[in-house]
Amino acid sequence: MIQLSNLHKGFGPKKVLDGVNLTIGRGESMVIIGGSGTGKSVLLKCVLGLMIQDSGIITLDGQDTSTVERDAFLARFGMLFQGGALFDSLPVWQNVAFRLLRGSLARPKREAREIAIEKLRRVGLKPDVADLFPSELSGGMQKRVGLARATAAEPEIIFFDEPTTGLDPIMSGVINDLIREIVEEMGATAMTITHDMSSVRVIADKVAMLHAGRIQWTGPVENMDNSGDPYVSQFISGSADGPIESVR
Amino acid sequence: MMLTYPLAALGRTMLGFLAVLGRIAIFGGQSLSHIVRPPFYPREFLSALINIGYFSLPVVGLTAIFTGGALALQIYSGGQRFSAEAVVPQIVAIGMVRELGPVLVGLMIAARVTSSIAAEIATMKVTEQIDALVTLSTHPMKYLTAPRVLAAILVVPALVGLGDIIGIMGGYIVGTKQLGFAPGAYISNTWNFLETADIISSLVKGAVFGLIAAVMGCYHGMHSGRGAQGVGRATKTSVEAAAIMILAANFLLTSLFFAS
Repeated sequence: MIQLSNLHKGFGPKKVLDGVNLTIGRGESMVIIGGSGTGKSVLLKCVLGLMIQDSGIITLDGQDTSTVERDAFLARFGMLFQGGALFDSLPVWQNVAFRLLRGSLARPKREAREIAIEKLRRVGLKPDVADLFPSELSGGMQKRVGLARATAAEPEIIFFDEPTTGLDPIMSGVINDLIREIVEEMGATAMTITHDMSSVRVIADKVAMLHAGRIQWTGPVENMDNSGDPYVSQFISGSADGPIESVR
Repeated sequence: MMLTYPLAALGRTMLGFLAVLGRIAIFGGQSLSHIVRPPFYPREFLSALINIGYFSLPVVGLTAIFTGGALALQIYSGGQRFSAEAVVPQIVAIGMVRELGPVLVGLMIAARVTSSIAAEIATMKVTEQIDALVTLSTHPMKYLTAPRVLAAILVVPALVGLGDIIGIMGGYIVGTKQLGFAPGAYISNTWNFLETADIISSLVKGAVFGLIAAVMGCYHGMHSGRGAQGVGRATKTSVEAAAIMILAANFLLTSLFFAS
């Protein structure tokens, strides 16, 4: 279980997170929605330790993440980055098997390659993609490779940062379905940040809306349309009129 | 009050400069400490060795041969003014080995290697590849910085040694083909004049310049701003800073080796 308690983070005078409280249960798929610049990515990076919060506590299974052993902590996570963040200098299979080729999870190269090819197959990519370089792939294929890399070491917790940004609606649907299937198959805890409502409906068990540095609303995805929260309603409908200020 | 503004601005600039220098020194120290602490990434090290060493050979060779040739011509024409044109082999040798070889190779490495390291790492930063490394339990300093810094420390002295030899060869070609020196006498004058300390100073300078070039590339790459502009600025600043630090280090090392 991941628990965020009274999380604050600012950049200079700008407060991005202003007392975030959120709990993500084991095996649960939590989707965090919110407008651009509301601190969704910052929240996610704070959990992973890529950014340090100004104050507040993040716990994983009851343990304060700032005190845990870093490598063991990160070994429990997988992450799909918004732009894929694939390593340009490595072929696709080495990107996927990155964790399996070095560090505490290292295994023989042949075995790592076999796992990488199996993970690529799972996300709908053929084995001949394995030896290509990321620059030779389309945006959709890069996302799939990123998804394969995020799941290669069978992590307990997977983070997805804007998984469908920059993809056409059909490819977005494919990625959403893949995420849902893989998370269910693995029984992993998932935390996704997005402002794509079609992703929310496919991926989420629970939804949390981040607005003005705080969790504005949280609840099961089936309650989202009837949340009664004007912020959530405006965000779902995409209306310019409502409590969320929009710049025209 | 108006009179204090320029002083305050100067003070702020100096403080900023010293702060950056301190950060670079800490970064350099961390880089060196990661070189000796596991885990090690031999594949990354080999790749850096080839990129910094092997692929720099053409630029180092061409720079050295033209410089050696031009140096021979300058010494000959300048030496004629006081009937000292016969010392061309000795001055070319000492000039190349003590000063021009290490400095020119250092500057070429700053232009070729520092820029490419800074651009590569900065691009990795803006495309979140550095964050991805962290999430994959890989320390960016160990994976990206340590192999490049170690490779530069080891391979730049070799490049300097080679540059020294090629530069002397450039002087030899001009001296024997154009200025009428006897080939055997040119070589023996060169060889007899050089001392072990000259060669050691050249190689030590190479190692220090290699360290500076790689650390500056890695530091500015890791601390780049966002977007294409951030990458461009990191690349430009890294080359400027590396070039200036190499010239400053050259002065300090020359003072250390030869001032007495």
